[in-house]
Amino acid sequence: MFVLVVGAGRVGSSVATAALRAGHTVSVLDEDPLSHERLDVELGQSWEEAGGRFTIGTALEMDALTEAGIGEAEVFIASTNGDNTNLVVSQIAQRRFEVPKVIARVLDPRRAAWYSEQGVKTICPTQIAIEQLAAVALAED
Amino acid sequence: MAGLYVIIAGAGKVGWNLARELIEKGHEVTVIEQDRRRYLTVEQELEHAVQYGDSTELWVLERAGIQRADLVVAVTGDDEDNLLICQVAKEKYLCERIIARVNNPRNLEHFKLLGIQPAVSATDLILRLIEHEVPRYGLVHLLDLPEERLEIIELVVSEAAPAAGRLVFELDLPEGALVISVLRNGSGFVPKADTVVESGDEVLVVLDPGLEDAITAQFVGDGDEPA
Repeated sequence: MFVLVVGAGRVGSSVATAALRAGHTVSVLDEDPLSHERLDVELGQSWEEAGGRFTIGTALEMDALTEAGIGEAEVFIASTNGDNTNLVVSQIAQRRFEVPKVIARVLDPRRAAWYSEQGVKTICPTQIAIEQLAAVALAED
Repeated sequence: MAGLYVIIAGAGKVGWNLARELIEKGHEVTVIEQDRRRYLTVEQELEHAVQYGDSTELWVLERAGIQRADLVVAVTGDDEDNLLICQVAKEKYLCERIIARVNNPRNLEHFKLLGIQPAVSATDLILRLIEHEVPRYGLVHLLDLPEERLEIIELVVSEAAPAAGRLVFELDLPEGALVISVLRNGSGFVPKADTVVESGDEVLVVLDPGLEDAITAQFVGDGDEPA
């Protein structure tokens, strides 16, 4: 599959690396060249030599999205450090480029829930943390 | 337009001044500002009409009473924020009227894509004014309402144009285009079928979107192609 990851912080870069290792075509878009280094380090070799693509640019730039290959993407992951950016860019991927599978990371639980009702697939790390913390804290020994 | 309840997201220069004007006109206003220091500054004047918080968060909007808002205006310095504030106002809280500010005119297409209208870009407005003062391309957009499929343009008739020297009813205009006004020697009039179009005239044409090229060809015409 062609996987496009927008925003390669800790989460995005790990997902991108895992996808590349699993044999998928992976393209990463990030505004910070430093995140390219993070990919190299996580992979233990050069990202490009291992077949990965990397584009420098911001998530809402059409030129950057196009260069990163959004037109051919089968999976789109919005994992920048901004909820609002992720929600906007994932809707662009869905509605303008009709990417079949679009996933947005949203830290705010209420908006994550509402947007997934609206048809945007959201992953909410905060919600997962809340549930796990509560489960561990309130478990009877 | 009396007695509206207006929520303004962002107490920057635009938001603050807008709030002041609306309050003066007798409307009820709540401004939401996420920067603590800015909030404290604005609060000295607007008092209870400004609230502290991130207006992309649902509880902050609810605390401001978005359920009863007649109008939500998103004028923060961040286009993603403005877009999402208007999107939840419209689609989650069913607010009937929204207005969004677009900081970077390149983001306008994203607002359109997600149905956030009207989206106002100061940069775009100024660009249009410049275009109006210096009609370099011979064509100025006076009104663009893509939703309503309505457009009004202004053109200066060039000497070599097919339309120059012709009667209005002889003009070779496509279906869906109509000359509604002619400005000549500094004053305007509504043309009749037997009005002669002269070179140097400024004509206003109302048209269906997409007809611009055909119309430009008539009024700007050969030998005087847009630069």
